[in-house]
Amino acid sequence: MAETSTPETRVWRDELRRRWALASPAMIVITLFSILPLMVMVVYSFLAPGLYGNVIWEFSLRGWAGVFTERDLFDDTLGIAWAHVTILGRSVALALATTALTLVFGLPTAWFIATRHPSTRAFWLFLITIPFWTNLLVRTIAIQEVIRADGTINRILLSMGVIDAPFAMMFTNGAVLLGMSYVFLPLMVLPVYAAIEKFDFRLAEAAYDLHASRLYCLRRVILPLMKPGIVAGSILVFIPALGAYVTPRLMGGGRAMMWGNLIDLQFGQGRNWPLGAALSVVLTLVVAGALVWYVRATAAKGGRDG
Amino acid sequence: MADRRFSVRHLPGVSGIALITFVVLYTPVLILVIYAFNAGPVIGRWEGFSLRWFTAALENAAFRNAARNSLIVASVAGLVATLCATLAALATTRGRRFRGEGGIYLVLNQPLLVPEIVLAVALMILLAQIKQATGYHGLGWLIIAHSTFCIPFAYMPIRARLEGMDLTLETAAMDLYASRFYTFRRVTLPLMAPGVLAGFMLAFVISLDNVVVSTFVKSPGQETLPTYLMGELRRNLSSEIYAISALLLFASVAVVAASWLITRRKP
Repeated sequence: MAETSTPETRVWRDELRRRWALASPAMIVITLFSILPLMVMVVYSFLAPGLYGNVIWEFSLRGWAGVFTERDLFDDTLGIAWAHVTILGRSVALALATTALTLVFGLPTAWFIATRHPSTRAFWLFLITIPFWTNLLVRTIAIQEVIRADGTINRILLSMGVIDAPFAMMFTNGAVLLGMSYVFLPLMVLPVYAAIEKFDFRLAEAAYDLHASRLYCLRRVILPLMKPGIVAGSILVFIPALGAYVTPRLMGGGRAMMWGNLIDLQFGQGRNWPLGAALSVVLTLVVAGALVWYVRATAAKGGRDG
Repeated sequence: MADRRFSVRHLPGVSGIALITFVVLYTPVLILVIYAFNAGPVIGRWEGFSLRWFTAALENAAFRNAARNSLIVASVAGLVATLCATLAALATTRGRRFRGEGGIYLVLNQPLLVPEIVLAVALMILLAQIKQATGYHGLGWLIIAHSTFCIPFAYMPIRARLEGMDLTLETAAMDLYASRFYTFRRVTLPLMAPGVLAGFMLAFVISLDNVVVSTFVKSPGQETLPTYLMGELRRNLSSEIYAISALLLFASVAVVAASWLITRRKP
């Protein structure tokens, strides 16, 4: 097939080649050290566990079976792994609750920042951005200080004589919820703020002029226009919360474990790498599902609000 | 009766909740920093201002070693990620869109689309084999792992900067017979420099703060600051831990504030 080779197509082809070459170092690094490891992990989920960790190179579905079932130690019957069901259920529930709690506090905060005078707005925005970029572990230590047995709240309550013995708050679902909401809150505020900032307040004025009540205006004008920000914020909080590792480990310990800690366990004491790999694949698929939902939800609007 | 002007921007209760949020966000961090400066050994019993826990940390060999590792990894991984991200950002912003650009974009952001714990575990599986085969257990693996997930973070501000610069200046230079390299060096590079610097700083902070990937990729006996902190927490909560936390906090805030000031300058 003869290809027409005008100078223009030749120049464009050269440019294309150069641009692919420029993109290639980043592409190669990510392919080798992020995509390849994930593929190896999928393979590992179909292998048999080694006695002291790692794997034995033979095909086995035991890893996948172990996600929701377990063999009884004594009579070898197959039963449902209730511990796993509880942990995965808790992860989803806590991630949803974290999303809801950050919405409750994040929406008003975003609204507050967006309605400040332009001269002070940058300052309030900066106050939200700082925690966003500071160490998650340090912020978890900080919120832990408030509720731990010898922590701030207990010290205050004890000194006021409200309680006689420290009130146990750590290592509960509530502690994990508080910790995750605390560390992930900026992820909710920032996209919601971006949506409100673009909001044309004359639309709300028009609604009031047409005798809409405050609630009606909020429900029919303001909330729909904030929706892209709310959806983006929810997905940004839900995804890291579902796979959280550090915060549940420090705030929940062994009693309020989450999905990420269960995966960790399989590669440590559990010595069941295929199960750990299978649990990781499932987590990745759930996250991918949430992302697909997000893309659909935003694409359905046809980019009109963008 | 005071006549309060009606404003659509004012929603009842909003300011109250927002202020509570800011207080809740900052109080725990403030408490932590205050007790890092406590003269006494017991957290919660204030005995006066002192830097003793900071000096104790700085004299602690394990801390110094972890801090050195963290700084090496964050600097080198930050540089590698910034270099890769800069080239990729040039490829995806200078000139017409081309087929496959969406694919490049997806690959560049891929590390962000997978839960961190999954990436960490997957890297551990792969690197465990490679470590055994090569016998190398140095910091290189941490640097490679950090470079990988830092690329999307470095890419974001660099791309944003380049998108804000239109092509006319570069086209003008080329029209005046500047070579491609000369144009890049004298026109594109100076204009994109703040974006590149911001990209490096964000990559540096992201690497410095990383706990999960480091925990799984590090070789036995190797520690970065966050993994050292995580290990110490498991043992005992001490004022020294608060001092180290405060140091990490100051480092992140300083770098972020600097990068914020740089990116606020208009192209």
